[in-house]
Amino acid sequence: MFEITDQPIDAARLANAVVRPGAGAIVTFLGTTREHNAGRAVILLEYEAYPEMAIREMHRIADEARHRFGVEGVAMVHRTGVVRIGETSVGIAVSAAHRAAAYEASRHCIDRLKEIVPIWKKEHYEGGEVWIGPQQGGPPAAA
Amino acid sequence: MTVRIRFFAALRERAGASEAARELPEGTTVGSLWEALRREHPPLGAYGARIAFAVNQEYVDSARVLQDNDEVALIPPVSGGCVP
Repeated sequence: MFEITDQPIDAARLANAVVRPGAGAIVTFLGTTREHNAGRAVILLEYEAYPEMAIREMHRIADEARHRFGVEGVAMVHRTGVVRIGETSVGIAVSAAHRAAAYEASRHCIDRLKEIVPIWKKEHYEGGEVWIGPQQGGPPAAA
Repeated sequence: MTVRIRFFAALRERAGASEAARELPEGTTVGSLWEALRREHPPLGAYGARIAFAVNQEYVDSARVLQDNDEVALIPPVSGGCVP
C-alpha cells in the first residue's frame, strides 16, 4: 500500500496492510507535526507532492528494504495539505519474521523517504512561512 | 518538440504556475531548459538552492536530452532537506 492522501492517516490501517503469516513483528513509524523547529514557534505544516513520482519512489524504497533487510510487507502513506500540531504527516509500516529487521527497515524507509521522495514541506510559523530545505541555512526568510 | 514542465513548492511560487508547456529545439538538455527558464524569469533566476530534475518521473541529471512529450519536473530540496 503506497498512497498520497489529503486525508488523516490511519495507523491501524497501515499496520493491517503489512500483516503476513510469516511475519512475527510489525513496526509502524508515524511522523507528526512538532510545535517548534529551529527556534521558531510552528503553527502548522503544509505538504505538497508530485504524487505520480512520489509513489514510484516509495515502491523503490520498499524494494530496497526487502532486499536489504528481508522484510515482508511495506506500506507507506504521506499526507498533503495542512497537517496541524500533533497530526500525522507520514506513516510507514513494515513487517518481518523478527523484530530486528523490522526496526532497521523502518528507520531506513523514513530516512530514504526524506532523501528522495518528491514531497515538500512548508512551515508556517509565528512571523512567516518557509519551505524547509538546505537553502534555509540562515535566518528564516519569508516565502 | 513540446515538453510539459512541472513546478513544485518554492519553484511553483516563483514561476507563478504549477505547469507549463514549452516548444524546444531537438537536442535540448534538461540543464539548458532550466537555465533558459532562469534567464527569462528573474524569480526563478534568483532561486539559490540546487535543484534536482526528473523526466517522466525518474531522476535524471542536467545532461539528459529531452524528447517530444517528455514531462520535466523541477525538484527543489525535498522534505528532509536533501537534494536527491
